[in-house]
Amino acid sequence: MKAMEESTVLDAKVLELNMGPQHPSTHGVLRVKLKLDGERVVDAECIIGYLHRGVEKISENRSYIECVPYYDRTDYIAAVSNVYGFLLGVEAMMQIEVPKRAQYIRIMMTEFSRIASHLLWLATHAIDIGAMTVFLYCFREREEILKLFEALFGARLTTHAFRVGGLWKDLPPGFVEAARKFIDEFPERVDEYEQLLTKNRIWMARTQGIGVISGKEAIEWGLTGPVLRGSGVRHDVRKDRPYGGYEEFDFDVPVGENGDTYDRYLVRLEEMHQSRRIIQQVLDRLPDGPVRGKAPKIVKPPVGEYYSGIDGPRGELGYYIVSDGSAHPFRVRIRPPTFISLQVLRRLVKGHLMADVIAIIGTLDIVLGEVDR
Amino acid sequence: MNENVFIENLLIYAVIPLIKIVVIVLVLSGAIAYLTLLERKLIAHIQVRLGPMRVGWHGLLQPIADGLKFLLKEDIVPAKADALIFTIAPAISLIPAFLVFAVVPFGPPDMLQDFLGWTLGWFPFLNLDEATTERIAQNAIASGGYVTDINIAVLFVLSVSSVGILGIILGGWASNSKYPLLGALRSTAQMVSYEVALGFAIIGVLLVAGSLSLVEIVQNQQQEQLWYIFVQPLAFVLFFICGLAETNRLPFDLPEAETELVGGFHTEYSGFRFSLFFLAEYANMIAVSAIGVVLFWGGWLRPFPSFEWLNFLNFIPGVVWFLGKVFLFLYVFIWVRGTLPRFRFDQLMQYGWKIFLPVAMANVIVTAGVILAFL
Repeated sequence: MKAMEESTVLDAKVLELNMGPQHPSTHGVLRVKLKLDGERVVDAECIIGYLHRGVEKISENRSYIECVPYYDRTDYIAAVSNVYGFLLGVEAMMQIEVPKRAQYIRIMMTEFSRIASHLLWLATHAIDIGAMTVFLYCFREREEILKLFEALFGARLTTHAFRVGGLWKDLPPGFVEAARKFIDEFPERVDEYEQLLTKNRIWMARTQGIGVISGKEAIEWGLTGPVLRGSGVRHDVRKDRPYGGYEEFDFDVPVGENGDTYDRYLVRLEEMHQSRRIIQQVLDRLPDGPVRGKAPKIVKPPVGEYYSGIDGPRGELGYYIVSDGSAHPFRVRIRPPTFISLQVLRRLVKGHLMADVIAIIGTLDIVLGEVDR
Repeated sequence: MNENVFIENLLIYAVIPLIKIVVIVLVLSGAIAYLTLLERKLIAHIQVRLGPMRVGWHGLLQPIADGLKFLLKEDIVPAKADALIFTIAPAISLIPAFLVFAVVPFGPPDMLQDFLGWTLGWFPFLNLDEATTERIAQNAIASGGYVTDINIAVLFVLSVSSVGILGIILGGWASNSKYPLLGALRSTAQMVSYEVALGFAIIGVLLVAGSLSLVEIVQNQQQEQLWYIFVQPLAFVLFFICGLAETNRLPFDLPEAETELVGGFHTEYSGFRFSLFFLAEYANMIAVSAIGVVLFWGGWLRPFPSFEWLNFLNFIPGVVWFLGKVFLFLYVFIWVRGTLPRFRFDQLMQYGWKIFLPVAMANVIVTAGVILAFL
């Protein structure tokens, strides 16, 4: 009977199509096994793990300070905020005071990394749907941010941004001016993308009503970040459980209404504007002072466990750190936002067309380095 | 005397058309090669980058380098592919694209008159007297700015370009792979549905022109001193959109959608065979532009033929006007690609059958009604 059910390509009603891991639009090494009826998706199965490096396990054999660069390499698109989440946890366990200036700079750089990450998302999302020009426009702006990263951290992608207790170095000369120049020009640039996409009939037809998920269901799936906010749930760790000084800044949390791909697009665009507002405030109020607090050379948090969650560009990025009092973490569990949002892919693509799978993978904004860790 | 008549006929019906064919094929191949460069350059500048800069001045030799690269690549036929069909599919796709140019009028029927009268004297072994030379130069078959002027040219273009689609379908099928198969299926559906609307859009012009010959259509525009775009603007819009779909260009490039189908029907193709598909796409672009110029933009006519104060423009030969207009068309093709995202398959079909086709039909009915009632 089993043999009867299996079908060949020729007489198949259902075509099984392997999308990835080398497919151009699966954003890395995601493999999706699609079952297609014509072009309609009957079922989809995500196969992950092609980029698994065991970052969590490696952490157990490294000191707290040595762990940090590994987290750059989980979500390599927003490396700055990854490190931030872990360090906040360590600092809270050790009760290390971070100087005000360092806090402000950390927030600024995290928001810059959010903008850079959203730009990359918009670029790839747009080119997946065929709007090639937006791709290069976004990279133009992202380049400017990466230059800022390079000036401060000495690296563009895997930045190893922050240290326990603050920063490695203070801002280099000319940094504030360059940052100001960028945020002054930035709204105009976003308007350019909007001109090409927001009211574009084809863009709307390709994104509206695609991958709809209600707010209630999104919470049940454990979604966070723009994917959850696109469904109308006003959840943002920066507002709900402010960390690292976010309570001092004024910003809005944009939410969508319909929970479709188009709303998530609008939410992320608005988030870029809000990040810009935060950076503006940081630059206006940047205090003087040291950038590194009193941190011991060897970090040995007291016995205990701590969960530190931040709002990364892709959602709530959590680090659950268990310390046994030694210089190595006993266990670090990372809560990667896109690992959790990827599980909803199957639910979202069912019944849509093959071309929508691309749009939905794009709108979830996955990073396989983080999914697989 | 008899010998003279024989030579005269040989020249008019065989030698001169053959030379024209060779020239057109060569020029067209060059044009296609440089169209790829033009596209890369234009798209690059739209996207704030430079495009090819290394091979020659501003990348001017890039098409030659590309062509060489394709020729030197390994010729791969996938193990499970249907080797015969896989091999001939690119040719099936390319040849019809070139065939269309057999009926495209690049210039007026007397375009080569002076040129022939002048050059035939260079060949003393032909022993042509002046009267014969004159007759040859006067003959429209020899001196026309086209290879042939047949009275069913529009039908010829439509049918030949449909054959080209077979190449894509066969190529996708013979690859024996899933992505190309999906691409081929998409292109079948897309091209069939858009050809219907395209045909109806053209019928509007045919009703006004009263002829299926491309040369006569232009001559009629000359007589009426009016380009048909001003008579049939709606038909032109439909023609242009369907033309985009026929040539697989964005926003209708679904059969080859890179980000969905990894290249669609030509996923399994590489090297020279791939380049043939590529050439066919660009040849089709030029063909659609040329047909559009002939049907709507007055072919070789200068702008606003009815305005006499623009007569000084007449010193520019018709063929230059024609090529200039084709270039404008191609520019818009490329511009569209730099601006728009891609449609989804079902949306494309919906637009084709539910919007373009009814509108094109309505256009035909209204045009016919107006002609019946007022003319």
